[in-house]
Amino acid sequence: MKGRRMSVEAREARQPWILLSPALGAVLFLLIIPLMFIVVYSFWLRSAMGADTVGFYLDNWQKALSDRFYREILLNTLKIAAITTVICGLMGYPAAYFIARSRGNKMTLLLLLMLPFWISYIIRTMSWINILGTSGALNTLLMTLGIINEPMQMLYNEATVILGLVHFLLPFMVLNVYVSLEGIDTNLEDAANSLGATRWEAFTQVTLPLSLPGLAAGGLLCFVLGAGTYITPVILGGPTDAMFANLVYEAIITQLNWPLGSALSLLLLAVLGVLVAIYNRYLGMAQLAKGLG
Amino acid sequence: MDNTKRYERLLERYRNGDLDRRNFLGLIGAAGLAYGVQTPFAKFAHAQEVQQVRFDGWGGVVSEAFREHAFEPYTKATGIEVVDGTFAGSDEYLAQVRSSQEGTYNIAHLSGVFDYARYVNFGLTVKLNLDNIPNMSLVMDALTNAFRGVTPDYLSAVPYDYGTTGLAYNRKYISDEEMKEKGASILIDEAYKGKIGGWGEWRTRIWYGALQTGQDPNNIEDMEAVWDAIRSHRDLALKYWSSGAELMSLLAEEEIYVTEGWSGRIAALQQEGHDIGYYDAPGSFAWQECLHVLKGSPVEACEELLNFMLAPETSIAVAEGQNYPPALDGTKVDLGDKIPTLPAYDPTGTLASLTFADPNYWNGNEAEWSETFSRVQRGY
Repeated sequence: MKGRRMSVEAREARQPWILLSPALGAVLFLLIIPLMFIVVYSFWLRSAMGADTVGFYLDNWQKALSDRFYREILLNTLKIAAITTVICGLMGYPAAYFIARSRGNKMTLLLLLMLPFWISYIIRTMSWINILGTSGALNTLLMTLGIINEPMQMLYNEATVILGLVHFLLPFMVLNVYVSLEGIDTNLEDAANSLGATRWEAFTQVTLPLSLPGLAAGGLLCFVLGAGTYITPVILGGPTDAMFANLVYEAIITQLNWPLGSALSLLLLAVLGVLVAIYNRYLGMAQLAKGLG
Repeated sequence: MDNTKRYERLLERYRNGDLDRRNFLGLIGAAGLAYGVQTPFAKFAHAQEVQQVRFDGWGGVVSEAFREHAFEPYTKATGIEVVDGTFAGSDEYLAQVRSSQEGTYNIAHLSGVFDYARYVNFGLTVKLNLDNIPNMSLVMDALTNAFRGVTPDYLSAVPYDYGTTGLAYNRKYISDEEMKEKGASILIDEAYKGKIGGWGEWRTRIWYGALQTGQDPNNIEDMEAVWDAIRSHRDLALKYWSSGAELMSLLAEEEIYVTEGWSGRIAALQQEGHDIGYYDAPGSFAWQECLHVLKGSPVEACEELLNFMLAPETSIAVAEGQNYPPALDGTKVDLGDKIPTLPAYDPTGTLASLTFADPNYWNGNEAEWSETFSRVQRGY
């Protein structure tokens, strides 16, 4: 009897692992093993003829960590991602609050929020060329209204790169904050009001602190996705505008220097990984999972 | 009994209760595993029987012309299907080929002799038997000799078309006389700050840097002067374009007034009615494209397809579609009315008036120059 119960317990203990095994297999074969290849590659060298020299060399890592060029582009990438995240937070919070507190048309508003995801990110990014270009909608409008005499040059600079990123990432922020606000009991605000707090005080002292985990989760998503972007600077950036992912692309595709590209991509992964680890340490990943769900 | 029938019988046994769920799923999983394990080796079993050849090119009108004039007649004649793929750029394509199994990719429409040399360096070539490609006798020797300079004993590719990367300018703002007077230096002219474009590719930037500093692009002696010229261009440029479509859009929308550009794309803009001039300054960058057979391909089947693709009717149709002259010698083949009017066309069949890049010189400097350009481009 005891042996039979042990067998049932053992089976129950095994069951989650059996159910998880497809997902774990996918993570192993599609993420861990390829990542290991990249780690190994990062210690190889590119020879003058373009082929790779197999071995254990620290040259790529030394270059990636000590070269001012890579350090400055990395810092610039983090700066652009941070600015984008702050703008997304400032624009996304009111929108999420409005959706969460609206009555009746909430589903319509959420559907509108999801609409941009139905269009390719590249197409959405390129749409700014038709809006901000020399013969784009905005210049045409301003000239028709007589506000300007000749087209303004608005495209192909760091500001348009940030604009493109905000356009891409704003829905992620709104969704995360919305999920967080939805979980807050509105009676708490009413209680604060009944105790003498103004609506603003009720918001700043009750709602805002309670929704901060959602804001932080949205911020983390925006920051990580923004810092890893490649296509936005290519489409909307000027000659000198580049983010770290562009350097990885150039090392691997243009220069065929896979070892250096591997080291650079691992460096970016490590920097973003540290940020995720800090977030997880203080806020946990549960809120992020809620927002993504 | 085929695999579908096997699956249906298994499913029926499961539904009838003759097989429990665990065994049913186990058998399905085992079948999937067996298929996955045998697939990489299956090609050896079919080695004697070529059923398809994969071709990768630039897509658009070029692919349409190939399909109509080469692939369909070839399939009709041989029974071999041509799988028609496209790529965005030759660099990405090389990365794909390197990370794939041999034989996955067969024939590619690649740029220049640089790519040929790179594929040779990576050991991704085959030895073509030119006797199986009779239309090679119609191709200009000057183009074939460029490949023989890289592989003197054999060819893994056949030349297909050629063109130039010359100066393209909006005639509303820049006259033909001004362009001829300033030449390549117009790309570093302060007067056009914010209205200058350029291809964000290291070879083209260095080539034009050499022309702007009065040097031979195939024998640059003062590289620092070239980098300074590239920095000047970078600071004056609005945008480095990265595709032919972007080049055309920037010029057509008047975002930029002057840039270097691909002759075929500028011809296309002109045909659309845009008043865009094209000028090949002395030493303008000439290049050729080829059809390259990759290692692991069914060589004889590919040779036969190459012969179809080099046939005058196919070559001319493709050339007219993409606005680049074909590799066929105009002194041997009647190329029709349109091709002699295309930019860069050489009626002599010698190409003596065009300056091609020396692949050994440029590929020998690729590692250093491409990396340095990446820095200079970003303001260093």
